Amino acid sequence: MNLVDIIFYFFALITLVSAAITVYSRNIIYSAFSLLFTFFGVAGIYVLLNADFIAVAQILIYVGGILMLLVFGVMLTHKVINVEIKTGILNVVPGSIITAIIGGTLCGVFVVTDWFIVEGVPPIKSTTTEIGTMFMTKYLLPFEIASVVLLVALIGAAYIARRDKSKNQSA
Amino acid sequence: MELLISVIKIVVVMGVMLGIVAYVVLLERRLSAAIQNRIGPNRVGWQGLLQPIADVVKLVFKEDIVPLKSNRFIHDLAPIISLAVALTTFAVVPFGDKINLFGYDIKLQIADVNIGILFILALTSLGVYGLTLSGWSSNSKYALLGGVRSSAQMISYELSMGLAVLGVVMIAGSLQLDTIVEAQAGWKWNIILQPIGFITFVTAAFAETNRLPFDLPEAEPELVAGYHTEYSGMKFAAYYLSEYANMFVSSAIITTLYLGGWQVPFVHSFGFSDFWIGIIQVFGFLTKVILFVSFFIIIRWTIPRFRYDQLMNLGWKFMLPVSILNLLITGLVILLLS
Amino acid sequence: MLTDFGKVFIFFLIGGLFVAAGLIAAWVIRPKRWYPSKLSTYECGEIPVGDAIVKFNIRFYVIALIFLIFDVEVVFLFPWAVVFKNLGMFAFIEMLVFLSILFVGYAYVWVKGDLEWDKPAPQLPSINSKQLKISTPQTTPD
Repeated sequence: MNLVDIIFYFFALITLVSAAITVYSRNIIYSAFSLLFTFFGVAGIYVLLNADFIAVAQILIYVGGILMLLVFGVMLTHKVINVEIKTGILNVVPGSIITAIIGGTLCGVFVVTDWFIVEGVPPIKSTTTEIGTMFMTKYLLPFEIASVVLLVALIGAAYIARRDKSKNQSA
Repeated sequence: MELLISVIKIVVVMGVMLGIVAYVVLLERRLSAAIQNRIGPNRVGWQGLLQPIADVVKLVFKEDIVPLKSNRFIHDLAPIISLAVALTTFAVVPFGDKINLFGYDIKLQIADVNIGILFILALTSLGVYGLTLSGWSSNSKYALLGGVRSSAQMISYELSMGLAVLGVVMIAGSLQLDTIVEAQAGWKWNIILQPIGFITFVTAAFAETNRLPFDLPEAEPELVAGYHTEYSGMKFAAYYLSEYANMFVSSAIITTLYLGGWQVPFVHSFGFSDFWIGIIQVFGFLTKVILFVSFFIIIRWTIPRFRYDQLMNLGWKFMLPVSILNLLITGLVILLLS
Repeated sequence: MLTDFGKVFIFFLIGGLFVAAGLIAAWVIRPKRWYPSKLSTYECGEIPVGDAIVKFNIRFYVIALIFLIFDVEVVFLFPWAVVFKNLGMFAFIEMLVFLSILFVGYAYVWVKGDLEWDKPAPQLPSINSKQLKISTPQTTPD
């Protein structure tokens, strides 16, 4: 086992443990904050895979944006009517069936796939230039469609989140 | 050997940086005193030069008060996150060219990450959590308001910051800070090529560091001390240091992106040896950074604070369109020149 | 072989260790003399009223939502900015299309007032002189 493997298992451990805390913690704010470490671990694995741009984009968007949204959501709803929001265990049977199916499929894919392993890849200088060139040439249409998707998301999000001005302020 | 050099470099840089940051605190106190026609701390050592040490000794001996209702673990973790993130940002900033020491070519930069600028933006978004966590864990009204305000403020100005940087990226054609500094050789500083971008970036940097006129998260008249109301002793010192570390690092980033980094104009025309040119460049970099830090301080003691709605309006309705406009203008000019 | 990200990681660890060491050193040295009123939450010397988790202005959430969308957009712009010089006119037009589609969204949220940080009208506390009861205004804080 060389150094890269050790680092990989380190990040994998961080990801898994914090993901477990996210799921099993009874305190919803602990769940939200352990998600921070999950994203961090995933970003570390991306760096190990030479995907530097994806790693930083992961931190920028997931940690800086989505998690912030979650934290705001938690803070806004926490103890709204003097009831602490706690997570409970329900729907055990359907949950475990779905988990078994998805987990089985993933394991099956993992075993069946004939993984293409490249030995001794030279370290890539920067993936950003490649991604930029690809965006502007081969994947131009998906790139532009992404902006339409973002537009739809923006309008939808603003529409749903907008406070109904006629109602009272505690929306 | 490479590992050893890196570790030595990291320890030296961190030590020097903390020293500078401690003296930036003193600089702020003396400068603000001068602005307000006071004397400021001048008793400990010559002209108060030992004041930072006295402060640290005092704070180490201070009792650590954690309110009973607070969340102990997160309360302890938050200042560590805040200061560690503030320090780490400096890891990608180049503070000099290569220098030859004891037969080794040493690059005066901790890590030449090839996505440097994005890395800085990502760390900025991590830094928000130091404040939000402290606000939430203190279980105090002032702290919570400060924490929520700071996170909303920082995310609003992060956008303009990212968009303003894009102009620099377009000119240099790289996200690597080293390449960006080299692209500014001589007098081709980005402040001349990107005046609008410079102003937007500096404004956003003020908001990101929570300095006046954007210090709503710790607005004293209404929020006592904002997000660190319930902090005392060394944990308070960690927050205090992280504010100044953030200011120092932002100045270093602004210097790197817009003020030519470690480039000193005409340094090659005096016939110094390579070693001395390297030393002069490091000092040139530090001089620019300290001058910019002084600018931060002078602004703080000159300008009143924004109201929260004014702050949000400025961020979303002015800074954002202006930085997009800057992007388009930069693109057009580059097209016309090529 | 130490990559640049490895160096950053070491820097982060040493920085975190340094701060933690400072906190632990202070924990060893400092006095610990607590009593209940010292450990109560600070509220200008008064006994704390109610719970600290107050209801927030929903605006904070809307701002975070809008930020998220624009953040993704900015991340998309970075690879484009890097290769812009090599691709020239074509890349510029493509980005104009990209930006103008998003500009529609920006104009939408502006016109619909989602960027407005509306303040609730000030409600002055009224004093009923007969019962000497002060009614505090019920507003959501910023």
